[in-house]
Amino acid sequence: MSNEDYLSDISEIKNLMNKSSRFISLSGLSGILAGIYALIGAAIAYCLVITYSGGTLYIFHGWVFWTCMAVLLMVALLSAVTGMLLTTKKAKKNGEKIWDNSSKRLLFNFLVPLAVGGIYCTIILSQGRYGQTGGLMLIFYGLALVSASKYSLGDIKYLGYIQIVLGLIASYYPGFGFWLWVLGFGIMHIVYGTWMHFKYDTK
Amino acid sequence: MSIITNINKLFDHRIRLGIMSILMVNEYADFNMLKELLGATDGNLASHTKALEKAEYILVEKQFIGRKPNTRYSTTKLGKAEFKKHIEALEKLIKKT
Repeated sequence: MSNEDYLSDISEIKNLMNKSSRFISLSGLSGILAGIYALIGAAIAYCLVITYSGGTLYIFHGWVFWTCMAVLLMVALLSAVTGMLLTTKKAKKNGEKIWDNSSKRLLFNFLVPLAVGGIYCTIILSQGRYGQTGGLMLIFYGLALVSASKYSLGDIKYLGYIQIVLGLIASYYPGFGFWLWVLGFGIMHIVYGTWMHFKYDTK
Repeated sequence: MSIITNINKLFDHRIRLGIMSILMVNEYADFNMLKELLGATDGNLASHTKALEKAEYILVEKQFIGRKPNTRYSTTKLGKAEFKKHIEALEKLIKKT
């Protein structure tokens, strides 16, 4: 065997290891869009609260509270749908299957912490402890990203760590919860999405 | 030439190298998953898994999922160690020239 054969062996090994254990067709663009949705959603919620709840972000009541929840749900839903659409498109381009062992494992490891966090936040909200939810959402979302990163592009974990740190700060200073949420879900998604887009998508 | 001695003849084939690569990073893989990833035919893949099984580099478990027979593979400790040695030898060879 020649040197080139050995080199191609090594790259083949690397390729197979990644292909068989990681789902790498995540789209950076969907991160940017998710960040924009989050910013728009936050702006709507902020205007509502300022105008109708006397400017305090933490005493929600009546329809303002439910509208904010609906906006939050819409942001999550839109981000998930956008993510799925763009990822399917990218997977097709890469010749990667959208629904195989690696994507199933990725989704499972992402959704378990996220679902636990979602349920927990709902409980906290139902008890009227609004101040903590921003931080909790960030923490659980960060944990979900870290847990998913082993089965996808490893870079996701850095976004996860950032979200966790922001979440912890938010739980210590609930007064900044809203702004840290904006920073984590809005700005960080856009920054990270842009970085991923230029690192992986434009090649 | 101690490097050459670490090049494992048993891995000197694309399919076998592929099987080991996949099993190194996955707890286990079944026959169909290997087949799809490697683009090999049934007979070809079976002969290579048999060779690796005979060397005790991989473990073969046959089971039933519902009524369908399913064969799944995992690496043994020996297989992992041998594969690592092989990769290291390959890397050294490339660096040398």
